[in-house]
Amino acid sequence: MNDLLSLVHSLVNGGMDMAVEMGAPDLILAGIFYALAGVAVLSAVGVVLCRNVVHSALLLTASFIGTGCLYIYLDADFMGAVQFLVYGGAVAILIVMALMLTRRDDMDHSNPSRGLFHQVGAAVVAGGFLLTMGLAALLSPFREAPASPGDSAAGLADLMLTKYVLPFEVAAILLLIAMIGAIILAKGADEA
Amino acid sequence: MNAMLENGVVATVAGVLREYLMLLFGNQFLTDLIMKFIGIGAVIGVILSAAIVFTYAERKVCAFIQVRLGPNRVGGRFGLLQPFADMLKLMSKEDIIPAGCDRVVWALSPMLLFVPSALAYAFFPFDKGAVFADVNVGVFLLIAISSQAVLPFLMGGYASNSKYAMIGGMRTVAQMLSYEAPMVFSLLGIVMLTGSLKMSDIVAVQADNVWFVLLQPVAFVIFVITATAETNRTPFDLVEGESEIVAGAFAEYSGMRWALFFLAEYANLLAVSILTTTFFLGGWSGPVLPGVVWFWLKALFMVFFFMWLRWTLPRTRIDQMLSLSWKVLLPLALANVMCTGIGVYIYRWL
Repeated sequence: MNDLLSLVHSLVNGGMDMAVEMGAPDLILAGIFYALAGVAVLSAVGVVLCRNVVHSALLLTASFIGTGCLYIYLDADFMGAVQFLVYGGAVAILIVMALMLTRRDDMDHSNPSRGLFHQVGAAVVAGGFLLTMGLAALLSPFREAPASPGDSAAGLADLMLTKYVLPFEVAAILLLIAMIGAIILAKGADEA
Repeated sequence: MNAMLENGVVATVAGVLREYLMLLFGNQFLTDLIMKFIGIGAVIGVILSAAIVFTYAERKVCAFIQVRLGPNRVGGRFGLLQPFADMLKLMSKEDIIPAGCDRVVWALSPMLLFVPSALAYAFFPFDKGAVFADVNVGVFLLIAISSQAVLPFLMGGYASNSKYAMIGGMRTVAQMLSYEAPMVFSLLGIVMLTGSLKMSDIVAVQADNVWFVLLQPVAFVIFVITATAETNRTPFDLVEGESEIVAGAFAEYSGMRWALFFLAEYANLLAVSILTTTFFLGGWSGPVLPGVVWFWLKALFMVFFFMWLRWTLPRTRIDQMLSLSWKVLLPLALANVMCTGIGVYIYRWL
């Protein structure tokens, strides 16, 4: 019995050591990253290519959720939760609007592709954006990530309510103005 | 035995299991990996058995409240095998696909609906030291994940190519989004008292002091009302309102696809009961009995409470329901947050 156990132990440990030597941990981590990034990017491509505007909006959620999962993968779980909560909810509203503002019978062609002029314009804008973001990413001095970011929510809260309290409040006032504007629009100008 | 009570029964059992696995394989990483999978299996097992038990319990509770007998044929006098008969019936049903539906979205909707419901269980502290993922922003991540349940409902409603389903899907968005706001603000008071977003910390603070239902009675009432609305149960079941829109978003589904909607509904029912237990009723804390027993006693009482509400109250109207959320519950929850803030400040100052 003991011989059998030690045989199993040596087999398991040997296999694990071999896997570590062959770089399995890095491979698994990279695999997770590329799977999540693939979800985010491919569904973003789908948003552009889908002919049905509801499908586009649903794929937009998939893209947002993929990005949120990437945040969680990078130990920024607060950012990930914000991504899920804010963008997921927003897309539901977006779809409701899309459904209410388009006719049901032509839903399959509700997101038509435009002429060459529009396509070239979109390509120029997208290319310029990619270039700017790429340059910004390459030029910014990223610091080595700390071993464990610890309690990111508490750190963010401290910063937001001390050092960055002014921008935080300005953003809040901006949202309040937008909300009041939306209410006035929804109620109708003659009523207000 | 005392050591078991000290560390929590579930954690002790998991520890023993881990020792045996370690003895068998002799590798720490593999043991941890297998324990993770056992944890996932346990959580899924809890959800599936909850669905089986609750379909039976709901019918019995309903019958009891309406002075009927309820299921009493399949499996002896008490109809104990009724859920299994229902399951067989659902599995053998024809899979009807409505004409002109958006096929892929329609098929994905019931599957995706189950994902957030099941993911939420990763954050529940079933016992001392028995949390699958005890993350720092637990409460926030939990809310974020469970809020994703809106979209699959809307997908089902849109893709069914049916006006009743469409209205149901639209109502889901209106209802779940508007009840989420007061729910989040009612939980904010508890987070302020605890000073942590970690689920295990929230229970630990209650175990050391008093249950939060005593410190946050207003938040408790708001949470129970919003939880009823979030799970789409009467008096807020406008999403499925049988007498108005057949069954809402899942009117066009049959067989196992429909069963998945039901599975998600009962998973959500247990989830909100567990949340009420964790946030307001002290979670696993309690005298004499082991923690996990206390946890299930409280959680199952809350399940009974939600069933009680469902079979006692009539359905509200959609405009009444929405104005209750925005005009009563949300201001009340905000006032509660403010009073809690002042209270915490005074308490520190004393």
